Amino acid sequence: MDIRAQISMVFHLDKCIGCHTCSIACKNIWTDRKGAEYQWWNNVETKPGTGYPQKWEDQDIYKGGWYKDTDGRIHLKGAGKKKGLLNIFHNPSMPTVDDYYEPFTYNYLNLVEAPAGDDQPTARPVSLITGEPMDVKMGPNWDDDLSGTPDYARNDPNMAALSAAERDAMFQLERMAFFYLPRICNHCLNPGCVASCPSGAIYKRGEDGIVLINQKVCRAWRMCVTACPYKKSYYNWHTGKSEKCILCFPRMEAGYAPACMHSCVGRIRYIGVLLYDADKIEATASADEKDLVGKHLEILMDPFDDRVIRSAKANGVPDSTIKAAQNSPTYKFIKEWGMALPLHPEFRTLPMLWYVPPLLPVMASVKDTDGAQKDKLNPIAKTWSDNWLYDTSTEELWGTVEQARMPLKYLASLFSAGDTTLVSDRLKRLMAVRIYRRWKTVGDVSEEKMSRVLKETGLTQEAAEGIFYLTALAKFNDRFVIPPAHREQAMEMIEFTGDVKGNTGFGFREAPSRGM
Amino acid sequence: MNLSNIFLFVGLPYAALLLFVVGTTQRYRNKGFKVSSLSSQFLEGKSLFWGTVPFHFGILVVAGGHLTAFLIPRAVLAWNGDPLRLMILQITAFSFGLSTLVGLIALLARRLTNTRVKMVTTRMDLFLEVLLLAQVVLGLWVALGYRWGSSWFAADLSPYLWSLFKADPNITAVAAMPLPIQLHIIGAFLIVAIFPFTRLVHLLVAPLHYLNRPYQRVMWNWDRRAIRDPATPWSKTRPKNN
Repeated sequence: MDIRAQISMVFHLDKCIGCHTCSIACKNIWTDRKGAEYQWWNNVETKPGTGYPQKWEDQDIYKGGWYKDTDGRIHLKGAGKKKGLLNIFHNPSMPTVDDYYEPFTYNYLNLVEAPAGDDQPTARPVSLITGEPMDVKMGPNWDDDLSGTPDYARNDPNMAALSAAERDAMFQLERMAFFYLPRICNHCLNPGCVASCPSGAIYKRGEDGIVLINQKVCRAWRMCVTACPYKKSYYNWHTGKSEKCILCFPRMEAGYAPACMHSCVGRIRYIGVLLYDADKIEATASADEKDLVGKHLEILMDPFDDRVIRSAKANGVPDSTIKAAQNSPTYKFIKEWGMALPLHPEFRTLPMLWYVPPLLPVMASVKDTDGAQKDKLNPIAKTWSDNWLYDTSTEELWGTVEQARMPLKYLASLFSAGDTTLVSDRLKRLMAVRIYRRWKTVGDVSEEKMSRVLKETGLTQEAAEGIFYLTALAKFNDRFVIPPAHREQAMEMIEFTGDVKGNTGFGFREAPSRGM
Repeated sequence: MNLSNIFLFVGLPYAALLLFVVGTTQRYRNKGFKVSSLSSQFLEGKSLFWGTVPFHFGILVVAGGHLTAFLIPRAVLAWNGDPLRLMILQITAFSFGLSTLVGLIALLARRLTNTRVKMVTTRMDLFLEVLLLAQVVLGLWVALGYRWGSSWFAADLSPYLWSLFKADPNITAVAAMPLPIQLHIIGAFLIVAIFPFTRLVHLLVAPLHYLNRPYQRVMWNWDRRAIRDPATPWSKTRPKNN
């Protein structure tokens, strides 16, 4: 047993309103630089949709992540020692700027400096790469809220899991549903980027599991861009270095939450410590596809277990980190309550950011009302037109989950490598908490029904109360539980901060301009 | 043995070597951030393929051939003893040379025409590409016009290069060479001289160590056991910078 600590995040997707505040907070701090304009270390996608970069989930195109060979071992799909070095002169599966979008700004100065004329001056878009006028054809969230569905949502790679009829049903106007998927680097346990880097510039920090790229060691071979199945390693065309989400480690070390989490309007993000067993990483990543999520859950260890604590201490994990792990909101969501799932576990990188799948688009089935049922309903709360009913009733227990408006197979393709039972388990738990709270506050659900629901989902009343608290009431310090900074491990003690004084953003010690 | 010959075949190589050693050391130490080749594949990927792949594989084989003839001239001469083997060697080397030429022309054309790539092109990049182009054209000319290069290189030029390294320069052979060959030699020294100031430095950081490392890398800021251990003296883990 080799216990290490990892800072992990949970996204409660039911609470995400798709406002992109996280993306903007991140952009303002880290990627508002030349060459990084197109990079969104944090981005929010509408699902179904093709995402950013276009169709990043389709590994037939981008060859990211790991695959399990017939010999039972895992190999990088598009990089690695053999493939990576053979393709070092030209990386065949690497996305180019057109797969993301050409960054642009507007020629605002023209609005004030244009000479007098017959027409109103305009601010034309200009490319941030070439500086020439351009037509804006693509952006990082071009498919927001299902806009351009024929081009984007219908080409979602996850649609492959659905039959043609199911696919069409998703896009009937009255059934259409979508949800938001905020994405940052997953700070994986078996990161493809680290494994693919020929220079050895990328590493995982032992203390907190943050995956970083050493800008001085990076030699622009760009294999990490290919190898990351989430496309969260970005090549800076101006400095010739790859960059990625750093989980705001300078903020974390100073006790602040990452910018994306701190700015989250919907309060969907939870950060906490997980203890994991590093000895089992390889076996877990090589598990059969159907066992991946289960095995992944197994290497997250119980922070109250004596053996785990002893092994952690032997590894130099400080007491405060263990204490934070015992208080961790992410451990509760992921392990204790079984509410969260990793994004695309089939990429086998063992991502450490987890998602509580969204219940709302699933259960919000719109039915033709029959008169009898309509009479029983509160007209304000439940009916939004005379003929259609937005059904959030709890009359049929799991009916709405099983006959979901957002097909479970679609969610399963995103969060559980196709296993719908894992998704429906989590959705049922979300529903059970709602039924429990309804019993408690509204009182129109019988106690017998409430206990049956909790029993069927394996929750206790305390657990349901805990889920309700963390979901709806949690204060900042309940959602953000990391150990206090250990000064002796903080970056400031290794690098003299005066060296980077005067440099904004990424903190280059010398101007990141090229010229050689 | 006139003065210009001494300058070109004794002075220039030593100056080039000095520039190479001092320049690369200085660049690595002071401009370590820039020791790489600024890739433009992100801005344009398709036409890059038709340039970079033939160029790199071509130049690797051709440069490797020159190096072999320099290092083990006798083995090359022995190999060339059989006319069939000589032909095989010459034809292989020439076709890789052609591949280098084709790739280089494609790369230069791409640099000059693609607006996005122009944004990351420096004057030094263009100068280097033109110099390389001239060098490759001269090399192919020499290969066609002055047969059999692999043999006379091993017999005549290898001793000259060795004499340079032994600090006892002997330029009789090289001074008697025809002009295209002399130009090719001078071009080579020029490339060595400007090497540290160009994108060629990426050659020195070729990631061969990748083959020998485990795939995953985990780093502790300091040794995690040592820093928790009160018996460890502070001086051992004291940061250099503070």
